[in-house]
Amino acid sequence: MSHTLNGIAAGGGVTIAPVYVMGASSLTAPAKAANDEDHEAKRLHDSFSLTRKDLVKIGQQVEEEFGHPIATVQTLITIIDDSNIRQLAQDMLIENRWTAEWTVEQLVSQLKKLSTVAVSSPFWNNAVNDLGQRMLSHLLHKPIPDAANLDHRAVVIAHSISPTQIVRFDRQLVAAIVTDLGGATSHFSLLTEELAIPGVVATHEVTKYAHDDMVAIVDGIHGKVILQPSPQEIDDYQKMAAQYARGNNLLGKLKHEETRSADGQRIRVSANISLPDEISTVADSGAEGIGLFRTEFMVMKDAQLASEERQFQAYKKAVTAMPDQLIVVRTLDIGNDKLVDNLEVDNYQLNPALGMRGIRLGLAHEELLRPQLRALLRASAYGKVAIMFPMVTTVAEFRKARDIVDQEIDHLKQQGYDLADDIQVGMMVETPAAVTMADQLAQYADFFSIGSNDLVQYLFATDRTNDDTKSLYQPLHPAMLRSIFRVIRQAHTEGKWVSLCGEMAALHVAEPLLLAMGLDEFSVPADHVLSLRHLISGLSARQLQPVLHKALSLQNASEVEQLIKKTLPDLYQEK
Amino acid sequence: MEKRDYTIIAETGIHARPATILVQTASKFTSDITLTYNGKSVNLKSIMGVMSLGVGQNAEVTISAEGDDEKDAIAAIDETMKKEGLAD
Repeated sequence: MSHTLNGIAAGGGVTIAPVYVMGASSLTAPAKAANDEDHEAKRLHDSFSLTRKDLVKIGQQVEEEFGHPIATVQTLITIIDDSNIRQLAQDMLIENRWTAEWTVEQLVSQLKKLSTVAVSSPFWNNAVNDLGQRMLSHLLHKPIPDAANLDHRAVVIAHSISPTQIVRFDRQLVAAIVTDLGGATSHFSLLTEELAIPGVVATHEVTKYAHDDMVAIVDGIHGKVILQPSPQEIDDYQKMAAQYARGNNLLGKLKHEETRSADGQRIRVSANISLPDEISTVADSGAEGIGLFRTEFMVMKDAQLASEERQFQAYKKAVTAMPDQLIVVRTLDIGNDKLVDNLEVDNYQLNPALGMRGIRLGLAHEELLRPQLRALLRASAYGKVAIMFPMVTTVAEFRKARDIVDQEIDHLKQQGYDLADDIQVGMMVETPAAVTMADQLAQYADFFSIGSNDLVQYLFATDRTNDDTKSLYQPLHPAMLRSIFRVIRQAHTEGKWVSLCGEMAALHVAEPLLLAMGLDEFSVPADHVLSLRHLISGLSARQLQPVLHKALSLQNASEVEQLIKKTLPDLYQEK
Repeated sequence: MEKRDYTIIAETGIHARPATILVQTASKFTSDITLTYNGKSVNLKSIMGVMSLGVGQNAEVTISAEGDDEKDAIAAIDETMKKEGLAD
C-alpha cells in the first residue's frame, strides 16, 4: 500500500529512489567488566580490522564514482592505522579489564579530548564518533543509524537536518531530502532548492512511516512524498518528471537574450547561491548574475572559518565562471538561525534574531569581516564583484562598514594588489529602520537588496519558524508592499538600484507587483530563473500601475492575492 | 637530519583534515619524522600525536626527519604544508 504525506515543498523537482532513514539515536555500550580479557582483546582487534575493511571499500566506491577521495574516510583510515591509537585501546582494555564495546566508548571520548581549543574541530569529533559507531556496529552486530555510511543514491529521511549537515552530505548520493520539521523559509529549504535536490519539509511524521526497505517518490514542486508508490503512481511520476524536463527545454531559448518586460524595461534576473560549486549550475540556468552569494556555508564549512586565501580562491572561482556578470557577495551573516558550531563569538543570546548578527557581528569582530573583505577585493580583479552588508539598521553602521572597505582597499593597493576600481558596496534592507531611513542610506550605499524573509519577520514582529505566529508571515501584505515601494522610490531618487533576494522574489503572485514598482533585479533560486524571465517578458510594468496602486490601498494580504489572480487570470490557472 | 621551521598561518591550525594529509604524507617515508611544538615532540606518522599537540594559528613548529629518505620526506611535507595552506 502506498502512503502519501504532505509537507512544504522545498524545490528541486521530482525524483524516485530507495529510502534511507537517518536515525537520531546512536549505538551505545554498557560499562561492563570483561570475563575473558584475551577474548575481548581479540574482539577489539577484529573490530578494528573489520571497520578498516569497510572504510577501504567505501573509499574505493567514492573514488570510482567521483574520481577523488573524501576527507572523512581518509581521516578514519588514518586513525585506524595509527598504531599508537590501537595500542592505547588495547592497554585500556587490559588494564581496566573492560569489554571491547566499553573500550571503544572510552577510546572515543579520549580521542575527542585531543581536539583542543586551539584547533577545535567538529570535523575531528564527527570522525571519531563515526569510527566509534562503526566499531560498535561490528561488536554489537547492529547497523549504524547515521547518514555517513550512505553508499547508494537514496532519499534521505530524517527528523530534522541542520545546514551544516547538508553541506557535508554527498550530493551525488542524496537524491532527495525529506524531514519531519522545517519551514518554507528555513535555511534548509533554501539549500535544497539551490542544490537542485528535491526536498519536502514539515511532513511532521515521515519518520514514523518510512523504512529503509521502501522506495519513495519525492515531489519537491508540490510538497508531496509517496512511500511505497503503486505502479500507477510511479507511471504518473515519470510523466511528471518528463514534463518538468520539457518545460525547462522550452524556456532554454530565453537564455541568450536580456530580460525585458513587455514595455521594454530592462530587468535583471539573477540567482542566489550558497556554495562556489553551484556557480556552474547557475551559469547554465539563464541567470544574469548572482544577486545573493550567501557566504555562511562556505566561510564556515565544517564550522571552521576559512582563511583569507581559501576565501579568495572560492570567490575567484565564482567570479571567473561568470566574468561579465555582477556577483553580489553578502558578507558573513551568522548569528540567527544559521547555526555554526564552536565559533568563539557564538555566545548565548536570549533572542538571537534581535541580537548580534549580520553587520553587528562583523563590526564587533573585525577579525571575521576584514579577511573576507580582503578576499573579495582581491577577487574583484577577475570579474565584477559587489560587496553587500547584511542586517544594516543605521546610517552609522553602513558608513563604518564602508570605511573598513576603503581601508582594506588602501592596504591591498599598498601591498601591490590589482583591484577593480569600481567595486559597488551596498546593503541589505531587512529592518523597518532601514526602510524608514532608505532616503538617507541611499546617499551612502551603491545599491539596496531587500531581504524579504527577514523584513517580513521584523515588520510583523513574527517568527517565521514559530507555528503559532507564522500566519502573520505575509509577504503580500500591503504593509510589506508599501515598505518595498518606499525603498525602491528612495533609491531611484538617489540614482541607485534595488534588488530583492528573499523568497518573495520567487513568489508568482508577488512578481507582477514588484515589476510594477520598478524593482531592478530579482534574485531567485537557479531553477526559478527561466520561468521568471518568461513571466516578466509577458508583463508590462506600465499597464500594471493601476493594479499596484489598488494593491497598496487594500487592507490585507488575501485581498492582494485575489486582486492579482483576478487581474491576471492567465498566469494563475491551476495546472 | 633534515629539519624545517614553520609558522602556522591557517586560522584553524593543524586540525583533523590537514593533519590527516600530513600523516599520510609522512607515512610514505621510512625516516623517523617528528613534529615539535612548545617543547613537545610527536611522531608525525601518528594522527593521535599530531592532534594531541593542538597546533593553532601562529604556532611556531619544527618538522624534522632522520633516515635514508629524510631529504625527500622533508620536501614532500613542505609541499603539503603549503598546499594545505598551513604555512607560507
